Amino acid sequence: MFERFHKFASPPHFHAFARMLSPWLFGVSALLFAAGLFGGLVYAPADYQQGESFRIIYIHVPSAWLSMFVYMVMASAGAVGLIWKVKMGDIVARACAPLGASFTFLALATGSLWGKPMWGTWWVWDARLTSELILLFLYLGYMALQSAIEDRRAAARAGAVLAIVGVVNIPIIHYSVEWWSTLHQGATITKLDRPSMDISMLIPLLGMTLAFKTLFAAVLLVRTRCEILEFEQHTNWVRELATGPEVR
Amino acid sequence: MSGGTALTAARAVLGRDLLRAWRRRGEIVQPLVFFTITVYLFPLAIGPAHDTLRVLLPSIVWVAVLLSMTLTLPDVFAADHADGSLDHLALSPHPLALLVLMKAGAHWLTGAAPLLVLGGLLCAVFGLETYTLRALLLGLLLGSPVLSLIGTLASALTVGLRGGTLLLALLTLPMYIPVLIFGTSAARNAALGIPVQAEMYLLAGLSVLALTLTPWATAAALRARLG
Repeated sequence: MFERFHKFASPPHFHAFARMLSPWLFGVSALLFAAGLFGGLVYAPADYQQGESFRIIYIHVPSAWLSMFVYMVMASAGAVGLIWKVKMGDIVARACAPLGASFTFLALATGSLWGKPMWGTWWVWDARLTSELILLFLYLGYMALQSAIEDRRAAARAGAVLAIVGVVNIPIIHYSVEWWSTLHQGATITKLDRPSMDISMLIPLLGMTLAFKTLFAAVLLVRTRCEILEFEQHTNWVRELATGPEVR
Repeated sequence: MSGGTALTAARAVLGRDLLRAWRRRGEIVQPLVFFTITVYLFPLAIGPAHDTLRVLLPSIVWVAVLLSMTLTLPDVFAADHADGSLDHLALSPHPLALLVLMKAGAHWLTGAAPLLVLGGLLCAVFGLETYTLRALLLGLLLGSPVLSLIGTLASALTVGLRGGTLLLALLTLPMYIPVLIFGTSAARNAALGIPVQAEMYLLAGLSVLALTLTPWATAAALRARLG
């Protein structure tokens, strides 16, 4: 079992595995996107209060969820790399950051577009918006630190420390900002209570969430493959991959 | 080198940093000047309406403290990194977390404490009421250790990097937000005559949390950077 894990965590094997898996994930994601977008834009009824404009929820909510999920993936991968010195952990963490920043930006942008007709303004100093913006700054700081340190191993270790500190800090920042001001609606979907959303609107939302998750996984695998090749550019297996098997 | 206990090592690190700061007194004054200029820029930008200024003053002081403390952060490890003594700290048999805690303490004593005194003086000059002034100063006193501790962590992460100051500000300022929120909220509430115990307890709690957790993270960051 442990041996298999080690084999899996070695860059050449992970590279091959990622190359095999990512087209499948892209396919599944495309199907889910088609179904989810159809469900969200055509099948789901218009909201009784917000009319058609609520439909932006099918982009906004999945990307907001992912913005936090990706941070957790990044910090966990970084911790694996830092604690057990697993090189793949370093590589995955590095590949996560720009994706997380993109999803965070997407959540902010769609939220702003949604806020204009609903709240009458592009931006309000509301707790969730603000903590999402701070999350974006945390991603940008992580990326800036990564690019400032030239040695990739050292960059990965420093980045992992920063990401783990961020995990401790994010709830503190979130609750302090919540205390500071709130206008955003409360959570609609929780596990403990019946969702306050009609099932015909909920199912497309869950579909879109899965579509976003699989898209993230697929893109992450592609980015990871690129990172692996850059990380390992001086090794024999990468050279063989680029030029074909060496003739001896 | 004869060993000595961890405590003597800690005292030596703290004493060395304080002595060095004392010998280069001019460098302690610079952030104070920066702080004063920043605070004085706001009235010039907002206009001389006395009432608006008095309402905004505590928040202006808080932001100026945050910025001034960020400016002094690169110095926490820069000199030690340049002359190689940082490697010796990392190699010493004593817990690195304790030693970096002393570095953070020295930063607080030389970089934050003078700011608190000056901030209090400036607010008194601008005519802040006593109750608000006390809430502001107590908030700064309880909150500023968090700023030094998190700043030391970020300073360890960026030690020896080109363009470190800007990167440091980018890393620390988002993490300073909770302290800023509770600190300014205490001053605002005090101005309205509302009790401010809740904010003070929260700031103290943040300080204790930072005091317990950041030294370990800072030590890990230093080891990561020094390789």
